[in-house]
Amino acid sequence: MTFDEKYFDIGRLDRLSYGETFVHRLDPRAKVIGTMLFLLTVVSFSKYEIAALAPFFLYPMLLVTVGEIPVRFIIKKMIVVSPFAIFIGIFNPILDTRTAAVILGVSVSAGWVSFLSILLKFTLTISVALLLIATTSFSGVCHALRRLGFPALFVSQLLFLYRYLFVLMEETMRIIRARDMRSFGKRGTGLRVFVRLIGILFLRTVDRAERIYYAMLSRGFAGDMPALKRSRMVLRDLAYLSVMIACLWVFRFFPITEGIGRRVQELLR
Amino acid sequence: MHMADALLSPAVGTTLWAGSVAAGGYASMKLKERIDDRTIPLMGVLGAFIFAVQMVNFTIPGTGSSGHLGGGMILAILLGSHAAFLVMASVLTVQALFFADGGLLALGCNIWNLGVTPCYLVYPFIYKSMVGGSKNPGRILVVSIVSVVAALQLGAFSVVMETLLSGKSELPFSAFVLMMQPIHLAIGIVEGFVTAGVINYVRSARPEILESMAASRPIGREVSLKKVLATFALLAVITGGVLSWFASTHPDGLEWSIEKVTGKGELPQHENGVAAVFKGFQEKTAFLPDYGFKPAENELKKEKEAPPPWPGIEAGTSVAGIIGAAIVLGMIVLIGMGIRVVGRRQI
Amino acid sequence: MSHHIVEFKDVFFRYPDGTQALGGINFRITHGESVGVVGANGAGKSTLLQHMNGYLMPASGTVTIGDLRLTKRTRQEIRRKVGIVFQNPDDQLFMPTVFDDVAFGPLNLGMDEASVRERVNKALCMVNSLALRDKPPHHLSCGQKSAVAIAAVMAMEPDILAMDEPAANLDPKSRRSLITLLKTFKHSKIIASHDLDLILDVCGRCIVIGDGVVVADGPSSEILSDRALLEENSLELPLSLQRR
Repeated sequence: MTFDEKYFDIGRLDRLSYGETFVHRLDPRAKVIGTMLFLLTVVSFSKYEIAALAPFFLYPMLLVTVGEIPVRFIIKKMIVVSPFAIFIGIFNPILDTRTAAVILGVSVSAGWVSFLSILLKFTLTISVALLLIATTSFSGVCHALRRLGFPALFVSQLLFLYRYLFVLMEETMRIIRARDMRSFGKRGTGLRVFVRLIGILFLRTVDRAERIYYAMLSRGFAGDMPALKRSRMVLRDLAYLSVMIACLWVFRFFPITEGIGRRVQELLR
Repeated sequence: MHMADALLSPAVGTTLWAGSVAAGGYASMKLKERIDDRTIPLMGVLGAFIFAVQMVNFTIPGTGSSGHLGGGMILAILLGSHAAFLVMASVLTVQALFFADGGLLALGCNIWNLGVTPCYLVYPFIYKSMVGGSKNPGRILVVSIVSVVAALQLGAFSVVMETLLSGKSELPFSAFVLMMQPIHLAIGIVEGFVTAGVINYVRSARPEILESMAASRPIGREVSLKKVLATFALLAVITGGVLSWFASTHPDGLEWSIEKVTGKGELPQHENGVAAVFKGFQEKTAFLPDYGFKPAENELKKEKEAPPPWPGIEAGTSVAGIIGAAIVLGMIVLIGMGIRVVGRRQI
Repeated sequence: MSHHIVEFKDVFFRYPDGTQALGGINFRITHGESVGVVGANGAGKSTLLQHMNGYLMPASGTVTIGDLRLTKRTRQEIRRKVGIVFQNPDDQLFMPTVFDDVAFGPLNLGMDEASVRERVNKALCMVNSLALRDKPPHHLSCGQKSAVAIAAVMAMEPDILAMDEPAANLDPKSRRSLITLLKTFKHSKIIASHDLDLILDVCGRCIVIGDGVVVADGPSSEILSDRALLEENSLELPLSLQRR
């Protein structure tokens, strides 16, 4: 993706995060904890597990539909970051050629099974990560981190980072455009120019930090960032978390998919 | 390169998360002791700067391919180990959330590989010791390249180890290393150039900035070698303990990877080694037998109910899994569509 | 009413790199006055403003705000009295939401949550931006940001309001809103700007700064119609006066 595309991409995701659906209004702490537990559960499956992963798609699906997140947008973002996992994963079928199963007369190697498992896990983990930020504003996540025990110093500067993310991206875009407009096809994307651009951007950033600090001083800043708002977990959030944990437990330790499959097989006999 | 959730195991993921959180707590503590008021906004804005810069492509001279800046080293040089680490951790967090680069579980690994490694290992022990107080641009260039290359090599190697210990990939150690290290060598050299270039440029254009940044760091030796070694030794013990516990319940994981390390990389040899382990895996875990995978040697007996012959298929009960999966997924899609329809009606 | 007085006596200031920015500034602003500060780029307007809340300290001479003489110790106190709004609102809105930004000042003043909430709502109402309260600053337009930046300063209820190029990035409508708003603010106002029409509209008195000294000080109607004086200082007549 070009710089511009990435910029608009993040902007869109950021705007989605300020939605007002049921999912958006859940307490950020509950969502962060829920997400991490989900990830741990998915990743704890053995490398050959496929069918048992199916029920887990329920969670991202619910987030997408109830949270009113555009599906294609999420899928596109997933595709963009898939290369590494695919590249590493594709060696599984290449290296592991023992037959694992025979279906419709075709023998399937264990390598393909584990590769498919990797792909499924990838889809689940990445979609859920994206959907977390799509349904929770970044500052919400930061507040959640603070309440969950992360150091206040870290969270404060994380919030600053987020605040100035778009500002810096715009400034960078402007500088790059200026570069590109004067490059006449040779693209001028050489190293020297790049270093100079970063240097200039860096100096501007330092000056900006100074101005921000001045603004903070002017409004009475004396060293401690003022206390952030407190939010309480309501019954709704605890219910959400409990249901989530229960489902994770069941899906992880009970072979639901297989059970359903067997029932159907019996019925069709 | 970033580690991915899909290749991670819970043990490795949580261990590295714990390590990163510990490092974060340590850095925050050290920073709080003697931080300048202006440092927090500076850290935040520099983080945004690094993030934005990472999105810019530049062409690597000679190869024509494009590269990106990592930024850990340049931050460490400017801000010192502790602040730089927190900023890198923040940048990686934003990337993990907004780009899903790697994943949230792998974030712990990435913060370790790309944050702890350059800021707490390479910067104090390689960069600082080799540069001393020198302002010589040439020296800074050489040391920068060496440092960044070292940091990236260590980082890349960590990814290899993490993947290997997680056991989800079949890639043998030797091949993986052969893939990762050269790429990161090239990237490292370029980033080293960029790092030195920026430092030297800033020094020539506005030297007072570098001086004032250095002045507002926590005073005193930032990291002592003894403490770092002790920490790593402790981590090694803990990791060893966790992993060996894991190995005792899932003996396949570690034995298998060790076999890979000692194997020569020729396929037939692989299969023999792995097949034997595979059998052990089958016997010790409860998952696979239900799905009826037939090992090539056909030594296992499935004791589950024999399914009636499904026309055209000679498979075992794996059919049940596939059918079940199709049904479950189908249900999920239907529910999803239903919710969307209901949602639209309410508008 | 002495707490609204701003007095600069023989203020000299030199930047670390040697630039002499202020070479003996003298003026006195009393309660409720509305003063415009004009001059060429680099004349010293911003430097002057930065002395008003102690960001910069004079090398010699005195700065007095109300009853307090500006020293390192009185700086913090002075910042409660003087609110400065800068040119670039992005530099002043540094919190995650508009509410947090406007609440920053009151919280630093040590107020309790209920009072802070009250102040924030009041300030946002003043600039017609209450609807923006829970939005993050980077979702706002330039004009909205400027309005919120002003609210953030007003929330501290300062005695003296100083502004550096307040209308620089505003579209005509927002600029008009700003002018209307400023006219309702009854405390002392000091506005540094190139927008001479705005100064003419809002400020009864005008100080011209040139090369770090006060070149002229008098009623805006007089100063801003003195073409020779203005052109000497790299300025020109306000556009509204140029038709004549």
